[in-house]
Amino acid sequence: MGIIEAKKLIFEYIRRDEEGNVEGITRAVDEVDLDIKQGDFVAILGHNGSGKSTLAKHLNAILYPTEGTVWVDGKDTAKEEYLWDIRQNAGMVFQNPDNQIIGQVVEEDVGFGPENMGVPTKEIWERVEESLKAVGMYKYRKHSPNKLSGGQKQRVSIAGVIAMHPKCIILDEPTAMLDPNGRKEVIRAVRALNQVEGITVILITHYMEEIIHTDKAIVMDKGRIAMQGTPREIFSQVEKLKELRLDVPQVTLLAHELKKSGVALPEGILTYEELIAALMAQ
Amino acid sequence: MLRDITLGQYYQTDSVIHKLDPRVKLVATIVFIISLFLIDNFIGYIIAAAFLAGIVKLSKVPFRYMIKGMKSIVLLLMIAVVFNLFLTPGEPLISVWKLTVTKEGLRFAVMMAVRLVFLIIGSSLMTLTTTPNNLTDGMEKLMSPLKKLHVPVHEVSMMMSIALRFIPILLEETDKIMKAQIARGADFESGNLIKKAKSLVPLLVPLFISAFRRANDLAMAMEARCYRGGEHRTKMKPLIYCKRDGAAYVVLLIYAVVCVYFGRIFTI
Repeated sequence: MGIIEAKKLIFEYIRRDEEGNVEGITRAVDEVDLDIKQGDFVAILGHNGSGKSTLAKHLNAILYPTEGTVWVDGKDTAKEEYLWDIRQNAGMVFQNPDNQIIGQVVEEDVGFGPENMGVPTKEIWERVEESLKAVGMYKYRKHSPNKLSGGQKQRVSIAGVIAMHPKCIILDEPTAMLDPNGRKEVIRAVRALNQVEGITVILITHYMEEIIHTDKAIVMDKGRIAMQGTPREIFSQVEKLKELRLDVPQVTLLAHELKKSGVALPEGILTYEELIAALMAQ
Repeated sequence: MLRDITLGQYYQTDSVIHKLDPRVKLVATIVFIISLFLIDNFIGYIIAAAFLAGIVKLSKVPFRYMIKGMKSIVLLLMIAVVFNLFLTPGEPLISVWKLTVTKEGLRFAVMMAVRLVFLIIGSSLMTLTTTPNNLTDGMEKLMSPLKKLHVPVHEVSMMMSIALRFIPILLEETDKIMKAQIARGADFESGNLIKKAKSLVPLLVPLFISAFRRANDLAMAMEARCYRGGEHRTKMKPLIYCKRDGAAYVVLLIYAVVCVYFGRIFTI
């Protein structure tokens, strides 16, 4: 069994009017099956309203399934006795960096998670130091979070999650509010965590170029899993991605168009280097 | 710019007073304020003045910073002085038209002025030498006995520190909304007071909505990081008394005894 597993997961948002009568039901997640192995780097993609954030919130028991089951590290998220275990094992980073930093000093914010878990003071300091170093923010430890850039704030949020020693991290569109530089910074930090520390990463995003380096990508549409596979497998189906209103990285698109007009290229080209190599081989 | 404002007027420097435990400073401020109202002769005030001057000197905070806080209470001070001066019945000193200055009035007026000035200096000394975070920590620890009476001490102090953290963010947001409204022709400057107040409504509504949205996000982020109230919680920076704090308490006790003795019991 993997670190995260879901079986026939269904979640419905129930809209109510002012008297509390049910006005309508929206099925945000519809019969999703997931199996994520320890150490994987998985991306979940989808345009707005595809249910990807709702799915993410199930993975650390912020939302509970309407039907079906989610297991994190073998524990059922719907069972209350596992709640804190699950939240510690599956850390979550949210979209808006300003709305998830609690401390007034960087190091205090990183210490917030361990404080809540009841870690002894001395160990909190060790954890804070090691997690700030892991995301390259150690020299900013005495700064006020208000004075950091978006990318830096998001790295502090990631450090705050790592300090809890989770087995996996779920990042819910961590780069959506950042500029291109901040985006690169955050993705680099996340990849390093996955490769060096071996933490399972689930990255939710709608930027296609961020998934190139992942092990597996899951594309969601209308609450269902529309496609899944390695990034190369996903990107070799350009037409289907367009149907799902998702952008394809420029290089892949160019290769696809070239192929359509008769140049013999392999499917699923992801980087400039690959395209150049393939063209040179002609 | 807005993001550079410091909150709670903390003055960063390295002094004995800065290093004191926030609990000591809170207790000292309360004792000092009480002492000001207990004293009713001038020897008492001289002792209080000497005590205050000593601490100001130790804190290394420039004196003009303490005067800053005084500006806002000048009007209050004037009213208190004038009323006491003219309206206290007693032995007349000078009489101009219908107003009479009495001996008792003069005495009360001066005392009131000294009390208020000392009170402001004393309390701003605390906020100048303690970071807001430290202050809320100190309050939480001091009030922890109230937990037995089901007072949500931890929750209150958590709310205070979150409020402090979000003030600069909300200020920045206000600035943004204001500019967006001005760009679309809103006028925040002209008109009388009522008109100005009315023009703030379109500013406050989006600000409140965004504040609630932020609160919702923050609550979720805190829960995701295992926040479950004050129980089972350890501290990254626990408050521990050291020798310095003990010495400060002794000094404070001596001050309180001397002050009450000379200022109240011992009369000339």
